[in-house]
Amino acid sequence: MKGKKRVAALLILWAILLAAPMAMASEGAAAGAESRYDGFFSYVALACVVGLGLAAGGGGIGMGSAVAGVVNAMARNPGLYGKFFMILFIGLAFIESVVIYTLVVVLLLLYANPLL
Amino acid sequence: MKEPINYIWIPGLEHHAHVTFTWVIMIGFMFLAFALRGGYKMAPEGLQNVMEMIIQELANAADSVMGHHGRTYFPVIATLAFFILCANLIGLIPGCVSPTSNLNTTLALALIVFLLYQFVGVYTHGFGYIKQFLGPVWWLAWMMLPIEIISHLARPVSLSMRLFGNVRGDELVILVLGFLVPLVLPMPMIVMTILFSVIQTAVFVILTMVYISGALEEAH
Repeated sequence: MKGKKRVAALLILWAILLAAPMAMASEGAAAGAESRYDGFFSYVALACVVGLGLAAGGGGIGMGSAVAGVVNAMARNPGLYGKFFMILFIGLAFIESVVIYTLVVVLLLLYANPLL
Repeated sequence: MKEPINYIWIPGLEHHAHVTFTWVIMIGFMFLAFALRGGYKMAPEGLQNVMEMIIQELANAADSVMGHHGRTYFPVIATLAFFILCANLIGLIPGCVSPTSNLNTTLALALIVFLLYQFVGVYTHGFGYIKQFLGPVWWLAWMMLPIEIISHLARPVSLSMRLFGNVRGDELVILVLGFLVPLVLPMPMIVMTILFSVIQTAVFVILTMVYISGALEEAH
């Protein structure tokens, strides 16, 4: 029951988020701004924030589990500290780079939008 | 879109600040090298002491990742480390821009690393270098070859994008926080930026070492 409520709340939130740019677009149209790009920038901003948020969340979960594993390993075998540290470092770099790809796409959308 | 110019520039290069500051860093390194070479002592003191400590740490890292090959490729690794660290940190000085906050600079660095380790692989193994692309067993080679080629091509992309995204992202975060609350709030983020600069330098250099040692080892 609780889970269903949560899902419903998330869906409503999603609908509001999706509806917001349209409302802004209609406002713009009401003001008489005739443009191909009505509401376009609102959607771009929405996509950037939601996409980067999802990417950061996924990366955070991955990094958390990686760090937890390495801390466990270090606690069991402190002698191999340097080796674990190196592996952790490289692994975190790879996880982080996936998030950074999203950041680069977001920067592209914001500063040099190819769709425009 | 033309960005407002809020950094030191030389005429003709207003919109290529990364080139200007790459030159600034290069000139700074030349002066540093000449200053060190002039007063080289057996018992180090001052600047020489600091540089020897940094070089020693880098050499230890190269030895621990690459084994006895570390010293052969140490010059290029140390050069990359010094340049990237200074390039990341110079952006914190008001009026300066990080060269690494431009994708051109980081892509150039990543392509240097890519060409270097492919060349090292071909130089070490000759034609047998292709065995590294063919996977463990011969009947899987048709599938492994495209996968390995794509994974090798993804390396310079990921190296350059990671460095660029980190440095640029830090800059933007400081910028946005500065717009919101100009006084105190950006300061912790500036401290974090120093930390991330060092970490990204280490990641770039360690990945370079890993790639080179991967190209050096025998195919299995």
